[in-house]
Amino acid sequence: MDVTVIAESSENGLHPVTAQLVGAAVAIGGAPTVLCAGGWGVEDAVSISGVAKVISVVGDCFGSFDGGAWAEALSSASGGDVIIAAATPAGREIAATIAAIRGIPIVQDVTGLAPGISVTRPIYSGKAIESSTVGTPCAITVRANAFDAAGEDGSAEVSTVNQSADVAVAVREAIAKASERLDVAEADIIISGGRGMGDPANFSHLEEIADIIGAAVGASRAAVDTWDEIPHGMQVGQTGKTVTPSLYIAVGISGAIQHLAGMRTSKYIVAINKDPDAPIFGVADYGIVATWEDALPALKAELGKL
Amino acid sequence: MTIAVLLKQVPDTTSKISVSGGRVDESAVSKWSMSPYDEYALESALQLKESGGGDVVAITCGPARAAKMLTDAAAVGADSLLHVLVEDLNALDSTQVQAILAAAVSHCSAQVVFCGKQAADTNAGSTGPGVAHLMGASCVTMVSEVASEGDSFTAMRASSGGDQRVAVSAPCLFAFDKGTTELRRPNVRGIMMAKKKVAETLGASDLGVDTSASSVSVDSHSPPPEKPPGQRFEGVDSVAVVVSKLRDEANVI
Ligand SMILES: Cc1cc2nc3c(=O)[nH]c(=O)nc-3n(C[C@H](O)[C@H](O)[C@H](O)COP(=O)(O)OP(=O)(O)OC[C@H]3O[C@@H](n4cnc5c(N)ncnc54)[C@H](O)[C@@H]3O)c2cc1C
Ligand SMILES: Nc1ncnc2c1ncn2[C@@H]1O[C@H](COP(=O)(O)O)[C@@H](O)[C@H]1O
Repeated sequence: MDVTVIAESSENGLHPVTAQLVGAAVAIGGAPTVLCAGGWGVEDAVSISGVAKVISVVGDCFGSFDGGAWAEALSSASGGDVIIAAATPAGREIAATIAAIRGIPIVQDVTGLAPGISVTRPIYSGKAIESSTVGTPCAITVRANAFDAAGEDGSAEVSTVNQSADVAVAVREAIAKASERLDVAEADIIISGGRGMGDPANFSHLEEIADIIGAAVGASRAAVDTWDEIPHGMQVGQTGKTVTPSLYIAVGISGAIQHLAGMRTSKYIVAINKDPDAPIFGVADYGIVATWEDALPALKAELGKL
Repeated sequence: MTIAVLLKQVPDTTSKISVSGGRVDESAVSKWSMSPYDEYALESALQLKESGGGDVVAITCGPARAAKMLTDAAAVGADSLLHVLVEDLNALDSTQVQAILAAAVSHCSAQVVFCGKQAADTNAGSTGPGVAHLMGASCVTMVSEVASEGDSFTAMRASSGGDQRVAVSAPCLFAFDKGTTELRRPNVRGIMMAKKKVAETLGASDLGVDTSASSVSVDSHSPPPEKPPGQRFEGVDSVAVVVSKLRDEANVI
């Protein structure tokens, strides 16, 4: 099985999810070729166990993001029965475009893979699971934290190809992020606040805890819609971001079905809510019935001791 | 300028999804709605039309029940409606859906397409980029706002490094995220007018798309795995207990 993995990487290097993509490739019996767009992350990609080779794809088009152009450049560098990318916004767009270029089907956001190729994935925002059989060639994107990461004892050979494509999306203005905080889509631990936080200023308590444990701060839609200070980029849920961190801490969030849609597949969920009947407790691994005013200072103190 | 908006009818986000006989039971869905991001695509298309002229054509591919959603789109201002009648969307793979929608867009002679970043049923995000490729159009995803100056367009998009304002020219496709736009509600006049608006209805074969050979076959649907019931604690003193469990039991901190 000839498998191409499109590394999730940026100027900041290789994203750790790439080792999970290799894990997914191995699950269908492939020793993958890993493509690094723009040459980013090559140094780390070579040491992922099980990688057959790494191709650094360099070209002018990688100067700014145009999914169509990136896909064209990466598609010509990739072979393969199966193309695997991460189910991030960029990964989804690139993989979908490569699939369209090649006229092959794409299955997005896969959480299970077996030779054959059998895929499972959540549909209806996790309200059901779909199992299907996909013919090759095909493209697949993989959800973060669904597959074990491959190890780090590889030593794949690297080659470089020069491959660009016409860029049609011109960046006119980059608007600095409101804060330098970690994005919920990137984080392995998330602490989110809801309307129960009472006032946007109280999110500072969440930020202090986030800083201690290296977490991102998220929010419910009610928080985002009610308070201008809480940007939409922080929203988790059906019309916000879908997240699958190792740990999700929901504070003052009731657990409406649309919120659960975005976070219920987190590995561990902690809920802090003063209402013992809040639906969020239905999905929490550890539920704490308390007000945030009481619980957060204690949480901060305990985490500080670690 | 004609702006085509791709709208998909999906179970309302509040609907329960039940599985029977290994398949999601669509007949048990209590309410069908326009997919949430598509609502933002439609709203933004209507705003662009109001500021720059042109008309908005709403396109859906789906079963007969999806006609209701097209009427809803007309009630808020869509000028014309195209329904590609396909009884079972689940039987199609991504390439077929994209081929149908790209052909529908071309049937309407639209050079500009608005759609959702992902549908609330598939949660995929494949259709926008795929249709863009088939049309030979530039594609911008994660869009919250679009403005036009003649044949060129600027869009706000979210990226991991922060928001960006980008420029493209037609043909182009914008896949919408939620954005901050307030969605309009239909007024009585809109609802009355919409009732009189007739959608053009076509089959996939009328658009020259073969829907027979899907390369993805759904084996089964199942309910999500039950999570074991969580542990429940009361009061502030339990915080220390939970933190130690997160460290020793869950190994996540
Ligand atoms: C189409 C659609 C899409 C949607 N998409 C999303 C989405 O993407 N994300 C999303 O989150 N929502 C979404 N929603 C909204 C969703 O239905 C809920 O309205 C929202 O999630 C509620 O947010 P909340 O839990 O913060 O607020 P509330 O429901 O008001 O809950 C506040 C909670 O805080 C608790 N509380 C109050 N005071 C305290 C205190 N001092 N200490 C501790 N706890 C306290 C209360 O007991 C309560 O449970 C969507 C809705 C629709 C219709
Ligand atoms: N059957 C369909 N009819 C009309 N639009 C669709 C259809 N399927 C997908 N779309 C559009 O493409 C977007 C992304 O869908 P998906 O790729 O399934 O996540 C949706 O938000 C719609 O705007």
